[in-house]
Amino acid sequence: MTIHRRTFLGVAGLSAVALAGKSTIGALAKAGEEAAPAAGAATRWAMVIDPQRCLRKEGCKDCIGACDKVHNVPLFKDKDHEVKWIWKEPFENAFTGEENPYTAEALKDKPVLVFCNHCDNPPCVRVCPTKATWKREDGIVMMDWHRCIGCRYCMAACPYGSRSFNWLDPRPRIPALDPEFPTRTKGVVEKCTFCEERLAKGEQPACVEACPEKALVFGNLDDPASEVRSLLREHFTIRRKPELGTQPEIYYIV
Amino acid sequence: MRDRGLIFTGLVLFLGLITFPVWYNLASGTSSKPPELKLPTTEKQCVAPTETMRMSHMEMLITWRDQVVRQNDRTYVAADGKRYDMSLTNTCLKCHDNKAEFCDKCHDYAGVKPYCWDCHIDPKLVQRSKG
Amino acid sequence: MFMFEKAVVGGKRYWAWIGALSAVILVGFLCYLLQLTEGLGITGLSRNVTWGMYIAQFTFFVGVAASAVMVVLPYYLHNYKAFGKLTILGEFLAISAVTMCMLFIFVDMGQPMRILNVMLHPTPGSMMFWDMISLSGYLVLNALIAYVTLSSERKEVPPPHWIKPIIILSIPWAVSIHTVTAFLYNGLPGRSFWLTAILAPRFLASAFAAGPALLILLCMIIRKLTKFDVGSEPIQKLAVIVTYAMIVNIFFVLMEIFTVFYSQIPEHMEHFKFLFVGLQGQAPLVPWMWTSMILAAASIFLLLVPRYRRNEKVLAVTCVMVFASLWIDKGLGLIIGGFTPSPLNVVTRYVPTAPELAIVVAIWAIGLLMITVFYKIALSVRERLAE
Ligand code: HEC
Ligand code: HEC
Ligand code: HEC
Repeated sequence: MTIHRRTFLGVAGLSAVALAGKSTIGALAKAGEEAAPAAGAATRWAMVIDPQRCLRKEGCKDCIGACDKVHNVPLFKDKDHEVKWIWKEPFENAFTGEENPYTAEALKDKPVLVFCNHCDNPPCVRVCPTKATWKREDGIVMMDWHRCIGCRYCMAACPYGSRSFNWLDPRPRIPALDPEFPTRTKGVVEKCTFCEERLAKGEQPACVEACPEKALVFGNLDDPASEVRSLLREHFTIRRKPELGTQPEIYYIV
Repeated sequence: MRDRGLIFTGLVLFLGLITFPVWYNLASGTSSKPPELKLPTTEKQCVAPTETMRMSHMEMLITWRDQVVRQNDRTYVAADGKRYDMSLTNTCLKCHDNKAEFCDKCHDYAGVKPYCWDCHIDPKLVQRSKG
Repeated sequence: MFMFEKAVVGGKRYWAWIGALSAVILVGFLCYLLQLTEGLGITGLSRNVTWGMYIAQFTFFVGVAASAVMVVLPYYLHNYKAFGKLTILGEFLAISAVTMCMLFIFVDMGQPMRILNVMLHPTPGSMMFWDMISLSGYLVLNALIAYVTLSSERKEVPPPHWIKPIIILSIPWAVSIHTVTAFLYNGLPGRSFWLTAILAPRFLASAFAAGPALLILLCMIIRKLTKFDVGSEPIQKLAVIVTYAMIVNIFFVLMEIFTVFYSQIPEHMEHFKFLFVGLQGQAPLVPWMWTSMILAAASIFLLLVPRYRRNEKVLAVTCVMVFASLWIDKGLGLIIGGFTPSPLNVVTRYVPTAPELAIVVAIWAIGLLMITVFYKIALSVRERLAE
């Protein structure tokens, strides 16, 4: 049983054509998808953080505590198994590449608040094999904990370390259960959702509300009159790893 | 056909095994009459007619779930025009505040074990563990 | 059914081997039950190193599976007759390796009961979706080809014509499975170690060295244990393939190292530093990576000198060296090195735990068990024909 090279080339050529056809269709479908929501979108949630304000009250963890409480975020003692929605990261780690030998003393080793950036072009969404994470029309990168298969591909894709996996059962590690919000189970990924359940009720995210220094400002980028827009007009801000093209929507005032 | 004995023993064993649940239920007496459920005392009406609820509350919950989590739509309008927040704990269990004597009792009887409670919380359990 | 009756006749030695493998599988299965009840927290994985042994083994064995193409292609496309006796062995190797890959993915899932969600909610934008498609397609193709060609051989008739296009299809498909597997890592913005276009070519090169090296070893073992001898010509030919592939692989690695260290971009260098000299005071993989490099260099030397390559005793040792070198490179360095340091520049130590290793070893044992049974079937058919 032999097959001539010419036959092979023929078959290979056909397969190539078929593949090309499929990707074109895929691209077309995608273009349609993107066009649809743009028409009605009037909201683009974002956050502006003022790290200097945040540093005013030393050791303050009010925002973290508030978030952990309303979302039943478990407390794992083992650093390897930690589940974090919002937390503080030393400046050098939060803004890798931004440090220099003379990094302003105001920033060096100073903790910076970090959480999900709700990217405009989120790599985690791109890689998820089940659409368990996706970008909503209002820009929130949402999680469906009912669908997540726990493959952790999104964690590999996230360049900000914003996603946590439940390596063990989180229930026994939740300091005070709040029945209003479901917990998660072992084997699913979780992260900040910009408090979408509070936004639905017209409330601000828990961290924003809890901050005594008003260092976090949340709002709608599509509204030119919003506070976030005026802050962005008045201050120079940076974002984490902008060179990766993820378009993070958390802005830090410098 | 030297194997006939073997085959018959095998067959009998096989039949015994696949009908095990029937025997088990007969022996333990679980397939007797339906359980008595603790219905809400303060409310008279469910979010849909009782018969519909009995038959298809599971589909309804799945719809609610997808509606809330994936469509960002949290309001359910009942046939009588009443509005409800689509939430397992914050709505269903507000009225059916005795989950153990209502949902669980019927599920035990029906032999289903929803995994929802791995994450969703029965407020009663939290109160008890606190006090 | 599938000539399995051939697999249940065997001597004491055969059954002892099957029994030993089954015992290993049983231990792994019990450890998996533990993982299922406790969660993936029983492994050495962590927030920063989210994939480890399981996914690394998956990646390595995709290569082994794809390498079947190295016997199928010369035989069917170039009519290289000496590989005639080998193709079936290559296909069975592919079937076993793909099955192992699927198991490695499965045991890595946090919610294995929901695995069907990948099919229920197909997401063409995700490389994992394509990986699933390409792997299962490759499994079906090879199972079909092996079954049809072996049945015809048993009936002493030529294989039916319709199988030819399927065999041809399996050739680009084999390339695709490893390419898609590389794409899995390739397109992640924050992971500089994998963010290189050479990854897929490098995967293929290392696969075409490791797979045929394993096949050579399997042929030698078969010759020792049974009356079946593939002969020395195909083994020598495979050795030449291993030589080329190994050299190309090392060439690719050196290209990568040049790019990274001449450009001096810290994010790209740090992963290599972690692997070869240690980073932030942590150097768990340094001895492994140097062992891999030394084995690679030594094996290339032994392969290049015709006198050593033609000496089958030396060749056997060389093949073990090739396999070990590439296993360390891909089965340890590639994944752990990609996750360390993390995008936030943190080095987290990853050490696989005992239950994790037991699960890994059990999946190897499943692969070996499948190979044993399949080869037993294939060889029994051949032996009967020879009588
Ligand atoms: C406003 C209060 C209220 C809410 C909210 C509510 N129920 Fe009910 N439910 C009732 C009452 C009252 C009955 C009994 C009706 C009757 O006696 O016919 C009932 C009956 C039922 C029954 C049928 C029991 C039987 O007798 O067989 C089921 C099942 C049920 N509810 C499930 C649910 C689920 C699931 C939800 C959430 C989606 C829910 N209910 C929300 C008040 C409520
Ligand atoms: C009258 C009996 C009855 C009551 C009361 C009842 N259920 Fe059910 N429930 C069932 C039955 C029967 C099924 C299985 C239906 C099937 O599988 O088709 C079921 C299935 C479910 C499922 C789907 C489970 C699965 O694994 O598919 C959910 C979720 C559920 N019930 C929630 C509730 C909640 C919440 C309550 C209490 C508010 C409740 N049920 C009260 C009889 C009941
Ligand atoms: C892995 C954990 C998990 C499991 C298991 C789970 N849920 Fe949820 N569910 C959640 C979380 C977390 C939310 C909250 C999402 C939000 O509001 O942002 C939620 C939200 C919901 C909601 C809407 C909001 C609310 O408060 O109830 C419904 C309805 C729901 N789930 C139904 C179900 C049903 C029915 C099941 C079982 C068949 C189930 N869930 C199993 C985690 C889970």
